[in-house]
Amino acid sequence: MSAPADSVSPGSARAARYFIYGALLVFALVYLTPLYVMLTTSLKSLDEIRGGDMMALPVAPSLDAWFRAWGEACIGVTCGGIKGYFWNSLKMVVPAVAISTLLGALNGYVLTKWRFPGHKIVFGMMLFACFIPFQAVLIPMARVLGILGMSNSTAGLVLVHVIYGLGFTTLFFRNYYEAFPDELIKSAMIDGAGFFRIFWRILLPSSGPIIVVTVIYQFTNIWNDFLFGVSFASGEGAPMTVALNNLVSSSTGVKEYNVDMAAAVIAALPTLFVYIVAGRYFVRGLMAGAVKG
Amino acid sequence: MNGSSSAVAARPQAHRGLADRLRDGLPRLVLAPSFALILVFVYGFILWTLTLSFTTSKILPVYTFAGFDAYIRLWSQPNWHMALGNLAIFGVLYMTACIAIGLLLAILLDQRIRGEGVLRPIFLYPMALSFVVTGTAWKWFLNPGLGLENTMRNLGWESFTFDWLVNKDMAIYTIVIAGVWQASGFVMAMFLAGLRGIDSEIIKAAQIDGASTVSIYRRIILPLLRPVFLSALIVLAHMAIKSYDLVIALTGGGPGNATELPSTFMYSYTFTRNQMAVGSASAVMMLMGIAAIIVPYLYSELREKDR
Repeated sequence: MSAPADSVSPGSARAARYFIYGALLVFALVYLTPLYVMLTTSLKSLDEIRGGDMMALPVAPSLDAWFRAWGEACIGVTCGGIKGYFWNSLKMVVPAVAISTLLGALNGYVLTKWRFPGHKIVFGMMLFACFIPFQAVLIPMARVLGILGMSNSTAGLVLVHVIYGLGFTTLFFRNYYEAFPDELIKSAMIDGAGFFRIFWRILLPSSGPIIVVTVIYQFTNIWNDFLFGVSFASGEGAPMTVALNNLVSSSTGVKEYNVDMAAAVIAALPTLFVYIVAGRYFVRGLMAGAVKG
Repeated sequence: MNGSSSAVAARPQAHRGLADRLRDGLPRLVLAPSFALILVFVYGFILWTLTLSFTTSKILPVYTFAGFDAYIRLWSQPNWHMALGNLAIFGVLYMTACIAIGLLLAILLDQRIRGEGVLRPIFLYPMALSFVVTGTAWKWFLNPGLGLENTMRNLGWESFTFDWLVNKDMAIYTIVIAGVWQASGFVMAMFLAGLRGIDSEIIKAAQIDGASTVSIYRRIILPLLRPVFLSALIVLAHMAIKSYDLVIALTGGGPGNATELPSTFMYSYTFTRNQMAVGSASAVMMLMGIAAIIVPYLYSELREKDR
């Protein structure tokens, strides 16, 4: 449906239009304000921040705070900026997204095209795993990572994110492949194609959209994760979100608001970038993750 | 598609050699590692946490059985009651505000608006940010002294005071504000998809009958959106119970314990206060809370698909 057309007088219809546009504009300004304040604060000097107004544009915009945040700011006891943690996040997110997406595609393929007795229970159990509060697995996971020698390592975080992302990636692909015609699979089988051949040659080539959706969803979730990062890798191996929180909440020395904000924007840039270039797929992922089945 | 008939069901069952059996088992073999990981790392770990909650574990796990001792201690902690009370305030306000604002924005955007393509992403972009970034931004924005308070005073409202971040009675509401800012655009997207899915014939018929716009929305459109309300409520309730990062980044659970939530309670009792059994017990309570919401929902969704 797109809006019931108004059946009232032209005058009050115009007033209603003004009201609608006005309200939407006010909301848009409110939603944009925190981002605007983050960006402008990151471009100001500390003196200007202390003496001026948060909403004012920077008098002499400078990227000093950005360089300090990237290479010099103190996080914990080391003062090498956030760049190391940014790379940690990148080294964590790329393999974790790739592995969980590939496994999710294979799982979705099996759960729709090669069903076996009990496939429903298997899927149900994988689905519920998406929703558990991770607090319920935090202590055992910390122990196991310790035993495996993977505490405070990127490899450990990759493992964690692959496991707890599997439910969602499987869900995405399962729902997508469910609509894929069985006839194509059957005729390929008659032609002698096997399990993997059908997957590579028939399903994967037409999985473009769902791969994009899954990759974006996983990338956003894993990049933005804080709980696993702070629980299993809070030292040098910490991801970006943990480093940002350490930087902002540290109570030693002069509080450099501009550096905090620059670091926050840097932490937000990768996911914002993905959102701007592929927003449509981002929304689809959110919806698929929310409206099940 | 019927649940039990798979694409391979037609395969003849006679003359099965080893190669055949391997081929038939291959799909399950491919799924097995993922399922095993989930079994061990989700369900096994939940049982492990449950076990720990019945022990005397403090800084390290020990397996001395202590019955419901940890649960009794949990429920006698004022901090835990604080956390639950805060979750109730946060959860109710967060869900109500997100749904109210999300629905309003969706209805406004659905009025054949010019520039919808520009406005929609603006309402939704906070969802792409991490809670830590959101918390950091709002912590600065609401900073008493340099933030909103200062701006309003500069605008001429000399007596304007906004100290919610450091006021223990009001701090929980800053988390609501930041949380609503982040998630309401997402709820808008859900409602917008729902609105676009409504058959316009029904609306036209009602207009011909002379129904006003308001009554069309109230009597026809909103009831049709009931499934979206349900989905939004489930998703938001689930997000509210799991909220952790936002609190840590915005208030750190403070001032004092004013913004303690079950998630922050579990973390601090387990990892900083060395009361692992109590921490585990609180994690079990959180899991039960989420399961009570999610399991019926998933069950009905999966069953509906069968028909």
